[in-house]
Amino acid sequence: MSDTAPRAPKRPRVDPLYDPRVRAAVYQVLLLLLLLWLGYQVAVNVRANLVAQNIATGFGFFGITAGFGINQSLIPYQEADTYGRAFVVGLLNTLLVSAIGIVFATILGFIIGIARLSPNWLVARIAGGYVELIRNLPLLFQIMFWYVAVLSPLPAVRQSIGIGFQPLVQRLADGLAWLNFDLAKAAAGLVQRFAVWIGPPEVFLNNRGLIVPEPYFHSGAGIVCAALLAGIVATIAMRIWARRRLDATGQTFPVFWASIGLVVGLPLAALVVLGFPVGLVQPELRGFNFVGGIRLIPEFVALVLALTTYTAAFIAEVVRAGILSVSRGQTEAAAALGLPRKRVLNLVVVPQAMRVITPPLTNQYLNLTKNSTLAAAIGYPDLFSVFAGSTLNITGQAIEIIAITMAVYLTISLVTSLLMGWYNARIQLAERA
Amino acid sequence: MKRVIIALGLAATLGLLSTAASAQMLKTVKDRGTLTCGVSQGLPGFSSPDDKGAWTGLDVDLCRAMAAAIFNDASKVKYVPLTANARFTALQSGEIDVLSRNTTWTSSRDTSLGFNFAAVTYYDGQGFMVKKSLKVNSALELNGASICTQSGTTTEANAADYFRANNMKFEVVKFETADEAIKAYDTGRCDGFTSDVSQLYAMRLKLTAMNDHVVLPEVISKEPLGPAVRQGDDQWFDIVKWVHFAMINAEELGVSSKSVDEAMKSPQPEIKRLLGLEGAYGEQLGLTKDWVVRIVKLVGNYGEIFEKNVGSGSKLGIARGLNRLWTKGGIQYAPPIR
Repeated sequence: MSDTAPRAPKRPRVDPLYDPRVRAAVYQVLLLLLLLWLGYQVAVNVRANLVAQNIATGFGFFGITAGFGINQSLIPYQEADTYGRAFVVGLLNTLLVSAIGIVFATILGFIIGIARLSPNWLVARIAGGYVELIRNLPLLFQIMFWYVAVLSPLPAVRQSIGIGFQPLVQRLADGLAWLNFDLAKAAAGLVQRFAVWIGPPEVFLNNRGLIVPEPYFHSGAGIVCAALLAGIVATIAMRIWARRRLDATGQTFPVFWASIGLVVGLPLAALVVLGFPVGLVQPELRGFNFVGGIRLIPEFVALVLALTTYTAAFIAEVVRAGILSVSRGQTEAAAALGLPRKRVLNLVVVPQAMRVITPPLTNQYLNLTKNSTLAAAIGYPDLFSVFAGSTLNITGQAIEIIAITMAVYLTISLVTSLLMGWYNARIQLAERA
Repeated sequence: MKRVIIALGLAATLGLLSTAASAQMLKTVKDRGTLTCGVSQGLPGFSSPDDKGAWTGLDVDLCRAMAAAIFNDASKVKYVPLTANARFTALQSGEIDVLSRNTTWTSSRDTSLGFNFAAVTYYDGQGFMVKKSLKVNSALELNGASICTQSGTTTEANAADYFRANNMKFEVVKFETADEAIKAYDTGRCDGFTSDVSQLYAMRLKLTAMNDHVVLPEVISKEPLGPAVRQGDDQWFDIVKWVHFAMINAEELGVSSKSVDEAMKSPQPEIKRLLGLEGAYGEQLGLTKDWVVRIVKLVGNYGEIFEKNVGSGSKLGIARGLNRLWTKGGIQYAPPIR
């Protein structure tokens, strides 16, 4: 073995007792066994001690009637339903607020991130100020701000603010009448009649939330949906075709406008032909609250606003870092080829920036989801409030419920990471090709 | 978040200790030198800190009476403010020695949570508070209303039952703490606020214009409020129970903080037994002979603490009602000391 030539070394035969690889493997197996044993002991002990203290254990509570109400639910839920169903309601509420928060935070974050790099002094400074202000204030404070300072002072139900075309026309009529000379008065009368003809407003805002019309579906609605679906499929096909044509001939195609035409135009045509089988039910004030229409509760609105604006500040910085990471030479080279500024951004800068942006963006998505548990402070019925709050308190089974809650948040986070990891791998490959 | 920490603490204590610390609570408390008492985060009349930071209230006075009986010093209590959601886990995990936090005694809490409720210190019932301007005179007119409440309470389930039983719809808006709930009600998020009637009077004090709000006449549930301890330590359970009974018996026999010295000279055998001049009833509990004298002298009898905290001597001004002694038409009744 005195030969030191860089040949593939043949491992010397060593007693397994002294082989470092065998030793390493043995240590790892021993550690794993120790951990498993520890976990098992903990579980056995917890069980024995709970039984000794006469505290109920097990997961049987999922089938028992919950008996409490939940004020926002995506699936039908009543007080007489089980804890299992309440759990699902809470989970869906958490997913809803997280998903909507992620979408809006991404859009807002990208806009602000790009704005901060704008050559326009004012735009860049406003974006910079936004980021510095928002990310340096605690999130709980911001949630309370939106809920207590912005949404609570809205008027009561009976003085709801109407939003839409009609209130605007009404204001115009009032304004003209206020001017108080003949021509204005005549015009005011006309506008007033127009306002009455339009009918009452469709969207209302009050301290109970935002009330929007509810869609209804009569027979024939299926065809409209089918038209929408066909529009989406046609759009995807068109994109692929446009891409191929670009690769083959170098000619571009106005994909965006054509997509709008297909996705909006087709269903609209179907609507007109079938005589509007899909429409909106007007909300109407009856008793204490509005009847008909969908109500977005203020807790939901406050939470979405706070999570969106807060996370957007962080995403903006991530986006800015990503764009700055693309070397200037790339932009200059693209410009030298004669590409217009918009195409330089779309084809050269953004694809490379996305490589840097995606991993930290995933972190922000995970943070947003976990931060949604602050909902308990303003009474939004998310998983944490419904399950680790009401259910835990009534059943008293803290260990099981906290364990399940942790498992749920872990699962949501892992799935988010998985999806983002998949997307990241895709853009990495595309970049190398 | 505190809830999670306590739950993890519970898992850790139960998981890592091979035997849960049971029995010997009295010895543990004596060795430690203070009683750890779980109270609310601030409910006037029951447990709330005053302007000097000292805890006062009916629930607090039970803890003070226990400390008086054990240490002859009513101030040797450490108060742990708890949300409705965190309170049971705090008691299960041993973070507190006794839970005295306007907690309703129910069968499931007594059994599946592993607790024993020692006594009923306040007989309550659930009601509704609404704005006068709504011109609602009965809870039966609340169909379609939004109701604010605190999550993790019997209140939540009772309200749901009441609306269901009367075929009415309502929207429940739940908050982690009572303060957040009353604030939301005050700003108009809800038409009504529901809680135990005593709490409605207490929380009304926190509203911006308390006279614009009215408590509706319906009482929709039974809410016997009392202190709870962990199962498995009968001596400790007895002490909590008899500290309450001692205060009731003292009131019944006319022994108050002012008259206790006078009463020591009384020839009445019942009073002699109560004050430890005859028999060894205090020692049987693991306390001293003069345990009731300490309680009454340092804290007072039941009537005194009631009037001072929630009755005529307080801002709440709640009538004694059901909480009068059985001799005066109420249902507060204590077994005899003998």
